[in-house]
Amino acid sequence: MTEPRIDDLVAARAPWSAVVRAGEVLTIVDLGGNQAVDCLLYNAADTTERYSAPDTLTGQGNLFLSTGSQLRSGLGRVLMTVVVDEVGRHDTIGGACSKESNTLRYGHHTKYQHACVENFLAEGSRWGLTKRDLVSNINWYMNVPVDPDGSLGIVDGLSAPGLRVGLRAEIDTLVLVSNCPQINNPCNGFDPTPVQMIVTRPTPIA
Amino acid sequence: MSDNANTATTLGARAHARAQGGGRAEAMPILPAAAWAAEGDLPAGVEAADLIWAETVAGGGYTSKLIARGSTVRLTDLAGDACAHLLLFNADQTWERLNVADTVKVLWQAYLGPGHLLLSDQGRVLASIVTDTSGHHDALCGTSSELRNLERYGDGSAQGPSPAGRELQLLAVAKHGMSARDIGPGLSFFKGVRAAADGALTWTGSRPVQAPESVAPVVEFRAEMPLVVVIANVPHPLDPRPSYQCSTLEVLAWSGPPTSASDPIRTASPEAERAFLNTDDYLAARGIR
Repeated sequence: MTEPRIDDLVAARAPWSAVVRAGEVLTIVDLGGNQAVDCLLYNAADTTERYSAPDTLTGQGNLFLSTGSQLRSGLGRVLMTVVVDEVGRHDTIGGACSKESNTLRYGHHTKYQHACVENFLAEGSRWGLTKRDLVSNINWYMNVPVDPDGSLGIVDGLSAPGLRVGLRAEIDTLVLVSNCPQINNPCNGFDPTPVQMIVTRPTPIA
Repeated sequence: MSDNANTATTLGARAHARAQGGGRAEAMPILPAAAWAAEGDLPAGVEAADLIWAETVAGGGYTSKLIARGSTVRLTDLAGDACAHLLLFNADQTWERLNVADTVKVLWQAYLGPGHLLLSDQGRVLASIVTDTSGHHDALCGTSSELRNLERYGDGSAQGPSPAGRELQLLAVAKHGMSARDIGPGLSFFKGVRAAADGALTWTGSRPVQAPESVAPVVEFRAEMPLVVVIANVPHPLDPRPSYQCSTLEVLAWSGPPTSASDPIRTASPEAERAFLNTDDYLAARGIR
């Protein structure tokens, strides 16, 4: 068994970031079950190249992320590939919660609650990223179906305690995460919990 | 050098250049915009003097404009095979821009249609769709990349035979002082996509031709804030046809009053009501009426 290069426990509501080198695998563990993990990806060598939900959806012709999904940049290049998925599907159309969108979705009394965009802005600033660098993200473990009439929404999740997602970096990739603090919809089971982030080097071929 | 032109001297080159003025092309802006009224039917209630933008955009072309709050932009799929890829920015602070995820999530609706509000990342309404006779639009797949067009058509460069939408967006935003970091997911009009229960995405193409055939599909959106509007007219990225096909798009815009306090679009949903409250709050403090 390869010794992890990184093995971090991310507290409920907290941000996390790291550069995952080409060939390494980032494993995310949903320790408590049904914990949305909001995630953005950047080319570590040039952060103007970043994750693009539309390019990813167009590339695979499907709304949901799962094993085999190639996570593409706005230049159409593959940044990471989903190599393990113990849940079945994940969202990339619902975006991140923000204080501002919370005022629309739930009312102005929710403005002072925690939100993912706050985590992205704060953690991203450590890498020189600003508001302009935030785009539609991935929501690991979040369930967003689209009905035949176009109705969509964040509904009860499909995950459970201990389920994993594994992402292999195809190029050196800066991974920016917000362990979602949302308490007004079922994306975290109304109870944000910690997640584990493990980065392992590729296993040498014997 | 053409046979009849003497461009060997500055005066000859000047005469040659000036002789080209007044030319016409299928895709071009009409200036002043009011002059468009001489060749088209004005929308109901719109005077020629109200026109602020009259332009035809070639397939594979792009355009952009900074427009005032209250302006209405009409997109017309003139020949039935256009695809208008739209980006919107708050003209006063372009870091605030169209947020496609919030636009579908907050309104609980993935498919664009009349009454849909195009929301910014700051919980405000950038624009509202007031008319839609197409119903074939997409908020999921964005636009094409140079790499995708290289693979699909053999080239995706901005000035090549099959320009990618993102390459054109890069040029358009540059002309408003912006760059690659400012380009997020956009919307596309006149080509539809539908999602199955298993997530599979199906391209539904253009609205079928309706009788009379002369009635081209139209989308109109009204600016609720001062906007930078960026439009690239390129094939939808899921367009399955092997060749690069995209027909001319017409853009017409006119100035007008902002959405009135009693407009039902404001109260169509609790989310819409709060989005307009946020917009009004911002504009009042900013001193924009």
